[in-house]
Amino acid sequence: MTLAGSARPRLARKARLRFDAREDKNVLLSPERGLVLNETAASVLGLCDGIRTIDAIVDALAAGHAPGERARIAGDVMDLLERLVSRTVIELAP
Amino acid sequence: MTAPAPRPWTLVAELTYACPLRCAYCSNPVGYERHRAELATDDWCRVFAEAEALGVMQLHLTGGEPLVRRDLEALVARARALGLYTNLVTSGLPLDRARLASLRDAGLDHVQLSIQAADKEVAERVAGVESFEHKLRVAAWIKELELPFTLNCVLHRANLDEVDAIVALAERLGADRLELANTQYLGWALANRARLLPSAEQIDEARHRAEDARRRLDGTMEILFVKPDYFGKYPRACMDGWARRFIVVSPDGLALPCHAAHTLPGLAFENVRARPLAEIWESSPGMQAFRGEDWMPEPCRSCDRRAIDFGGCRCQAYHLTGDAAATDPACVLAPAHGLVEEARGRTEPDEGYLLRGPLRSPY
Repeated sequence: MTLAGSARPRLARKARLRFDAREDKNVLLSPERGLVLNETAASVLGLCDGIRTIDAIVDALAAGHAPGERARIAGDVMDLLERLVSRTVIELAP
Repeated sequence: MTAPAPRPWTLVAELTYACPLRCAYCSNPVGYERHRAELATDDWCRVFAEAEALGVMQLHLTGGEPLVRRDLEALVARARALGLYTNLVTSGLPLDRARLASLRDAGLDHVQLSIQAADKEVAERVAGVESFEHKLRVAAWIKELELPFTLNCVLHRANLDEVDAIVALAERLGADRLELANTQYLGWALANRARLLPSAEQIDEARHRAEDARRRLDGTMEILFVKPDYFGKYPRACMDGWARRFIVVSPDGLALPCHAAHTLPGLAFENVRARPLAEIWESSPGMQAFRGEDWMPEPCRSCDRRAIDFGGCRCQAYHLTGDAAATDPACVLAPAHGLVEEARGRTEPDEGYLLRGPLRSPY
């Protein structure tokens, strides 16, 4: 599964984000699964609205970081999204 | 045992053991008629809230057939209001489009629809009733109403060779997920074991077919192949460990670590009518019986895999050896593994299944 920077990810219909007060973290719920999200993953998923492209999501997250950090952030975002698309909890808007 | 109880993530609410289907592999206890005093709507709503307060996020509404409960819409609405991810595990009978729409409107997150095979004749022989075509109609309504759905098929000798056809059917129906779950030999499936057991070659071939389909459909349809007992080297991590991640509540209110724990003699399980769920989860003797590792015999106790499979399935240990604390005989290291090897060799033609009888829900 390789994604293009121009792809526009969004939560699949079967997935739902919910806050877990017990762990003070967001959880991505889907059938028979719950993925406890770290702060970065939660920020990425919060931007997956089916309108922003992956490149735009990386731009938003890289703002305020040193310019050299963008490549690392882009790699992390891609890794996360590729895994979640493969699990079909994130889909790409047409 | 003084360690604090782990956080449960999933509540399996067995709303009723009543079901219009009579599947030969049903996981309900063979003595299901003893649990007919079903919890009322208010009891279930309270149990959902108590489970959520304990940390539960996933709710499976199952049975039997949960649709026979006329209060299902109210239960879905309450569960969703609590933020639980609400999954209906159903045969699709009895269901019409209007009721499915009202369940969706009540907040249902997901439907898991069972089929028994891709072929009508095989499916209905195993289900014991005419049901195949209605299930296809239900699947079409699920798509029209835009509900996410998993197609589930329990695998055994009579349908293992059809994996490609089952995948094709799931694609045609537009399933988001396909669960190919090999039969686990408990409940009615144990009673029918000699008629259900496949060959090792069938399992290997089916696994390869499922893997091919998984690669082909990566990113479009998730495919799960649930490994069978009796054919692996090691047992499965039954329920992710006893009273560790799952709470099962039986139709009559027993809080259990798994679907079949109340078939084990000598264990005291408590009823949610009598005591708050949190207290039962944390301290009831039945929940504590096989929690953690202190109960383990050798070879589990010193085994590197004890934190992977948790010693396997306690119910399988009991029903095969008579000792619930024995190492799961599905494990090649188990002293009683010979019982599994012997059962694998003792098969009967896959016909004349012992089918469960009808049972009605009072609700």
